Amino acid sequence: MQTIKDLWQIAKKDLLEFSRDRIRLITFVIMPIFMMVLTGFIFPNQSSIKNIPIGVANQDSETGKKIVDAISNLEVNSGTRAFVIKNYDNLDAVKEAIRKQEINGGVVIPDDFEAKIAANAPAEVIIVQDQSNPQISAITTQTLSQVINGFSQGIEEQKISAILVNKIQVQPLNQSYLQSFINPVVIKMDGLFAENTSYFEFVAPGIMAMVVMTAVLTGLAASISREREIGTLDGILISPIDRLAIILGKAVAQSIRGLIQGAIVMLLAVFLFGVKINGSILLVTLLLLLGIFSFVGLGILVSAAVAEQETATQLLFMFQFPMLFLSGAFFPIQQMPDVMQKIAHAIPLTYTIEALRKVIILGGGISSVSTELIVLTSFGIVTLAIAVPVFRKLITR
Amino acid sequence: MADSIIKVKNLTKKFKKFIAVDSISFEVKRGEIFGFLGPNGAGKSTTIRMLTTLLTPTSGSAKINGADIVKDQDKVRKQIGLVAEKIILYDHLTAEENLRFFGKLNHLDNDLIEERAARWIERLGMEKWKDAQVGTYSTGMKQRVNIARALLTEPEILFLDEPTLGLDPQTSNLIRTFIKELREQGKTIILTTHDMIEAEMLSDRVAIIDQGKISALDSIGNLKKIVRNKKNPTLEDVFLTVTGYEVRDHVKGKFSSISQHRGIGRSKNRVR
Repeated sequence: MQTIKDLWQIAKKDLLEFSRDRIRLITFVIMPIFMMVLTGFIFPNQSSIKNIPIGVANQDSETGKKIVDAISNLEVNSGTRAFVIKNYDNLDAVKEAIRKQEINGGVVIPDDFEAKIAANAPAEVIIVQDQSNPQISAITTQTLSQVINGFSQGIEEQKISAILVNKIQVQPLNQSYLQSFINPVVIKMDGLFAENTSYFEFVAPGIMAMVVMTAVLTGLAASISREREIGTLDGILISPIDRLAIILGKAVAQSIRGLIQGAIVMLLAVFLFGVKINGSILLVTLLLLLGIFSFVGLGILVSAAVAEQETATQLLFMFQFPMLFLSGAFFPIQQMPDVMQKIAHAIPLTYTIEALRKVIILGGGISSVSTELIVLTSFGIVTLAIAVPVFRKLITR
Repeated sequence: MADSIIKVKNLTKKFKKFIAVDSISFEVKRGEIFGFLGPNGAGKSTTIRMLTTLLTPTSGSAKINGADIVKDQDKVRKQIGLVAEKIILYDHLTAEENLRFFGKLNHLDNDLIEERAARWIERLGMEKWKDAQVGTYSTGMKQRVNIARALLTEPEILFLDEPTLGLDPQTSNLIRTFIKELREQGKTIILTTHDMIEAEMLSDRVAIIDQGKISALDSIGNLKKIVRNKKNPTLEDVFLTVTGYEVRDHVKGKFSSISQHRGIGRSKNRVR
């Protein structure tokens, strides 16, 4: 209890001190705005895809299977397939899997598909888009459409040759009948939401997580090393308080700052860029807090090990810079080479961002982010278990 | 004779291979001003940092009013006040806010903090400025509030590491007078300074530390006896006799080397 009181005193002091520093306050507010606006204009180019997990619900029999095979066998270059197929029962199951980010898109072939083709009626195939990831979604949809159109063309050729060879009577005035010859398979687009998502929607959760992480990681280390440099840390250290209260108090102050910045990003995203938050704000806050928790340990280790503020900032920049690119904040992880994808999944930030996307864009609930919750919590516990004893030892070395 | 409030035994601090403090032993008597002198890099600040629990000793031990500096750190912390080389105040907070923060960290209740802060601030002539942010103060004003901060817990023992460094004569005079007052109130003061006049003016006893070892420790009167070639020697004469006239080059983390000063080198005279 006393430790909590002590840590709160330190947090309060840190925040009061921060609120009095005008330049720090201004950059604190401008930084997230700057990042949001800037990234809004850097739309990355489309690039090739490989091994993208795609959900298929083939409710039809043989004809539908041909489409599935065509999708499954599509190669981007020799030996590398474009898609990895996962099977689901129906449209809802495919959508649920997208919400959990098990797949990055889906194809649903309704049970009347074959019958409609046989009856010369337009047969529908549904492509389900992953709106949390507009870049991947665009390439995936385009590629799937090409495969389905190719299949459609094959049927069209068969039908026309049947007319020519067997001299089948054509009903000239029935438009849908004609349509079924020219374009036997109709592609219908579907998604988890009616609206289309923009790159902002993809990037907003990424920036939110990153801003919070930067605030905590850099803020914590800089705050400790700055106090060490100017000498005030000695004043705290000779007080009869637990060393844990010092580091936690600082972490609390930085977390509050981080959350405020996260809120600025969220407000900008909603009001300036029209991003719709489909999930619970409470869950978003919880995820941001867990994101912070997963990084506090690393921040503490750097603060304890490095005496100068500048060195601490530089050292942390070394961690943060690759994370910007590897965490999938700006570029989809699916576009990265395999090795990089593996590294990306060793970074807690990746999980924070993935979970935030699920909740904010896809409206996922707590069950859809359970893996991320577990990973972030474990990461936090493990790094803190290492960092706290190291901090206690190194601070008076 | 007063009992010893600080007992230091074979205290050593090594930074990798560099021995900053080399097995020093001394005692400080209750209620005295103990001048702790030495050239730059001699180990003064390292010793004070160990005694105030800011550094863990490599070996040896020390007790502050019976509390071990490694085993009973919180007990030690409750009995000491520290005016370190660097001012322990936050520039963006006012004097009052600074004192309140450090008072809270020392688990004092609000009324006690208010009462003591008001008392020390008034005594050190800072009443008019207590609501201004510390960053707007002159060095002298900062140091006065810094001393008030160290006294908030009414500690029995006060460590003053160069408390008048870089201050104008008026502020230095105020602080010296105040240090004497504190001794009259029964506080024990460990004073580090390069100002030999100040040390002579204030100290009851003086220890001179050089290259991590105590080279001399006694009352100023007794120490003066070691200067044989001068009539009415000053404490500075004692200091130079004990530590030598050579200019010291001290590189952090490395052995200090001694470069020859022009002509006036004298042999070192270690006194135990």
